[in-house]
Amino acid sequence: MIRFTLRRLGIAVPTLFIIVTASFFLMHTAPGGPFDAEANLEPEIRENLIAAYDLDKPVTTQYWLYLNSIARGDFGPSLVYADFTTTELIAFGLPVSVKLGATAMLVAVLLGGFFGIVAALKKNQLLDHLIMGLAMTGIAVPGFVVAPVLSLVFGLYLNLLPIAGWNDGALANMVLPVTALALPQIAIIARLMRGGMLEVLGSPFVRTARAKGLSESQVVIRHVLKSAVIPLIGYLGPAVAGIMTGSLIIEMIFNLPGVGQYFVQGALNRDYPLVMGIVIIYASAIILLNLLADLAYGVLDPRVRKSFQ
Amino acid sequence: MSRPTTSAVTRIVKCRNLNVQFRTDNGLLSAVSDLSFSLNAGECLGVVGESGSGKSQTFLGMLGLLADNGTVSGSVTFRDQELLHAPRKILDSLRGNKLSMIFQDSLSALTPTMRIGDQLSEVLVRHKSMSKKEARAKVLEVLEIFGIPDVAQRYRSYPFEMSGGMRQRVMIALATLCRPEVLIADEPTTALDVTVQAQILRLLDGLKRHTRTSIVLITHDLAIVAGLCDRIMIMYAGRAIEFGTVRQIFEHPQHPYTRGLVSSVPNLNSDPEVDLPTVPGQPPSLENLPAGCAFAPRCAQVMERCTSVQPMLRAIKSSDESGYYACHLGDDN
Repeated sequence: MIRFTLRRLGIAVPTLFIIVTASFFLMHTAPGGPFDAEANLEPEIRENLIAAYDLDKPVTTQYWLYLNSIARGDFGPSLVYADFTTTELIAFGLPVSVKLGATAMLVAVLLGGFFGIVAALKKNQLLDHLIMGLAMTGIAVPGFVVAPVLSLVFGLYLNLLPIAGWNDGALANMVLPVTALALPQIAIIARLMRGGMLEVLGSPFVRTARAKGLSESQVVIRHVLKSAVIPLIGYLGPAVAGIMTGSLIIEMIFNLPGVGQYFVQGALNRDYPLVMGIVIIYASAIILLNLLADLAYGVLDPRVRKSFQ
Repeated sequence: MSRPTTSAVTRIVKCRNLNVQFRTDNGLLSAVSDLSFSLNAGECLGVVGESGSGKSQTFLGMLGLLADNGTVSGSVTFRDQELLHAPRKILDSLRGNKLSMIFQDSLSALTPTMRIGDQLSEVLVRHKSMSKKEARAKVLEVLEIFGIPDVAQRYRSYPFEMSGGMRQRVMIALATLCRPEVLIADEPTTALDVTVQAQILRLLDGLKRHTRTSIVLITHDLAIVAGLCDRIMIMYAGRAIEFGTVRQIFEHPQHPYTRGLVSSVPNLNSDPEVDLPTVPGQPPSLENLPAGCAFAPRCAQVMERCTSVQPMLRAIKSSDESGYYACHLGDDN
């Protein structure tokens, strides 16, 4: 297991290098530059700025300079948020996004898992149809509809919760964005969990477990669950990475200072170092969580564990 | 071979007019139709038929282990306790305890994510109210008796880490841990090589001799039945078409299908140059069973009435053996 982990982390380095290279050239091929939005800039000042950030040099030179700087752990200055380095901006935004995303995912796994199990055990009964119907709705209704409606109902009409804002992550401020983030995830997880459960419930070893005289809850807890969550793990790896590195829409609607906002602002403004920094963080999170997912397979299934050796 | 006389035996399982049906997209399929038989205490009953003849579904239905779309009707009693549609609590107290089943494919029938030892000991914890520690000690002891090497290490193995023969012995150990009164062995030797097959059969034979367990041996292999069983039930397309003692079935088979089966078993006197006889044709699809005898389309002695009238089971005449068969060939006119 340790060797497997080390080998996978070893592969992560070239993977990240390829991602950095591709993103770098794609960013620089996109038309426009970081200072285009500032219409009243004197041409001399603009040229000075461009020279100061080495943007007048050939792209390949810039690429080489960038590689050198990230090798030293320096992600460079933000071109648009003056006086801030990329590292500082990410350090502001990431904790917000991670706190929000992790809470939402935790809620989603608990509720979605629970609903999925219930639906599978009540297959084709009223409760199953009800849960799956709600889940379909949860998947179909986009976040930019759910979030304003939540704000409107609980913030404005009922006046129970703040309509927006972060307030240093106070619980009341987290409720609505976490709900909006978690709802579609609950729906997806419930559907995956139900599918996994149904597949396992029909297998011969479950019949053996019942033939032993175990009660249905013992059958499910001891013999079904471990195998039934396996399809879910493959989904959770990338989903957790995605949700924790910031959901643009939710952060915009609730005006939260997460990393998702910086990402989109950075991309629109051609703030090359900022975008690249966030890409590296995002890619690393995906690689890491996929590795965690694979290790989780190993924990759940002894056959996979054996293949690690 | 002991052949208990009818007066002294306890009928431990009584099955009356059992029907097993499955709801499918093509309508209701009858896997087992109007099946009645009984199992005596201490006897070994062989249930023989081709795949799809309903032999497994009969016993799965009896224990309430059918797939979701299956339904049962009729009556099956175990020591006067009705099993069909019995509450789950009652079934749970009997299954794995008094009534046990050994399944065909031991790799898929054991939970892949659980250690062998835990899968075995949970039965004892469930039925014999043992502590985990007591159960473990008992399981190690039983595995030893079943000829598993390195029991302490094997206790911690997962099913995929064992050979097929060893896994099947684990399955039998699992089914017999609580000393059941009825043991149903569903094709226990399929997919095992011949030497391992012989070991497994010897194990079952030992069980039969040393405990008073009634054994149902489900198989498509008549040769296996001959060595182990007292009575045989031949099934075809969901019905019992012949019952009899082993000697009756092998020496005086009545039903043309049984005769075909018996003559296709090779023996040491068979001429190796001559092809073994076979029963030509295929068993009918359960989706459209013939109106009369289901075997009629394959039967060499088919008569007009066979294609329209379902033959009833009748007692064998002119034989000192007791037995029943369902064929119009015995009709008086």
